[in-house]
Amino acid sequence: MMLIPCPWCGLRDEIEFHYGGQAGVAYPQDPQAVSDQDWAEFLFFRDNPRGEFAERWLHAAGCRRWFGLRRDTVTNRVLDRDDTRTVAQ
Amino acid sequence: MAPRTPGADLPEHPDWLWSSPDPKGSYDAVVVGGGGHGLATAYYLAKNHGMTDIAVLEKGWLAGGNMARNTTIIRSNYLWDQSAGLYEHSLKLWEGLEDELDYPLLFSQRGVLNLAHSLQDVRDSVRRVNANRLNGIDAEWLDPGQVAEICPIIDTSENLRYPVMGATWQPRAGIAKHDHVAWGFARALDRMGVDIIQNCEVTGFERVGDRVIGVETTRGPIRAGKVAMAAAGHSSVLADTLGLRLPVQSHPLQALVSELLEPVHPTVVMSNAVHVYVSQAHKGELVLGAGIDTYNSYSQRGAFHTIERQMAAAVELFPMFARAHVLRTWGGVVDVTPDASAIVGLTPFEGLYVNCGWGTGGFKATPGVGWCFAHTIANDSPHPLNAPFSLDRFTTGALVDEHGASGVAH
Repeated sequence: MMLIPCPWCGLRDEIEFHYGGQAGVAYPQDPQAVSDQDWAEFLFFRDNPRGEFAERWLHAAGCRRWFGLRRDTVTNRVLDRDDTRTVAQ
Repeated sequence: MAPRTPGADLPEHPDWLWSSPDPKGSYDAVVVGGGGHGLATAYYLAKNHGMTDIAVLEKGWLAGGNMARNTTIIRSNYLWDQSAGLYEHSLKLWEGLEDELDYPLLFSQRGVLNLAHSLQDVRDSVRRVNANRLNGIDAEWLDPGQVAEICPIIDTSENLRYPVMGATWQPRAGIAKHDHVAWGFARALDRMGVDIIQNCEVTGFERVGDRVIGVETTRGPIRAGKVAMAAAGHSSVLADTLGLRLPVQSHPLQALVSELLEPVHPTVVMSNAVHVYVSQAHKGELVLGAGIDTYNSYSQRGAFHTIERQMAAAVELFPMFARAHVLRTWGGVVDVTPDASAIVGLTPFEGLYVNCGWGTGGFKATPGVGWCFAHTIANDSPHPLNAPFSLDRFTTGALVDEHGASGVAH
């Protein structure tokens, strides 16, 4: 089980968290103008790197806030908290 | 008489089932990935399409990835016509595969029960039974009493938190010995003159414009008229080297076996709602699996709480399993698509074909997808059975949504 550093609650067990997948996937600025290909990219295509991955987690059984992490997907080592993607609420 | 070293009198090594040649400089086609799907694809390329100047390239040892890690369940009782077509084609091939490969696969049609635990489960299950029958697939709806007749060790009382309210039953479903399946295909390939090359990792592609003309490997470049990807959890890593994005996410999928037990479990039981699936291997281990670990990972291991959850489900359904001990747990890397259906077909690159996205359920499809993927490669056009599983369905929106619809633990 991974220990995950919540920016507000500190290191907690993985079971307290919900996984949010790739970070930085923005909703299209003008949905009416998006092509089928771009919709497909937005809805279904995500990076799937072997190695460093910027991703989002939700501390579901804790403070219930979203935050960003960079993790190595081969070793599961958390590289650092990605506070550029962690919005204080 | 002097004491002999233990093991000093072992018999000669049995004959190898396949040879391990060095790679040639070029082939008519190479298959990337020496798991079940890669081997089956090469087999039907040779057998159905007369292509024998081909090689299967495997980065590790033959069938050492997910082919060695799955829970060996075979069934075809999927809801949607597209899935039913492909999986039923596969099941029919399974039914003749031992004779065809002339190799014991321990294929055992002991049936599968997909349990229902809520009124919605019951409605969905009955609907799926009807859909299966319309597709010519054997399926029945069973009440709890009939479930107990088939598998007496399930607790079908009303005392459970999620009582068994019935089950779908596919008698022709079952299990096979995964290693034997790989070895049977490999032996047949060797006899047809196909090169099986292990310890040969494909690291990239050679291309001219939008045409793929070969692969780069850890054993040197290999030219190929056609390149077929069957790389499971690492498909997107390979595709990334071409700038080709695949809609898959790689996750750990864990399974486990108990110690060897007397035969106690006569069939295959799957429960989506409490989420576990169990069968008993010929040798005697209970084989259990469930869902993926939630996060992306290539680590071939998962977290113990995932195992714990599926054990809790198993013990709830099968109270006698509380006395069994876990012998071994392991994990594989599975590539999951947004609609829980595979991707089999052409790519934007000429001469490159993709078979991926089987997620948690690829083993059962082994002969069927091999057959269809070989057709796709040989004819540069999908077989009707895999045409619905094209990469462009994510753009057209014609998804094959098997999430939650098919008894989807796979």
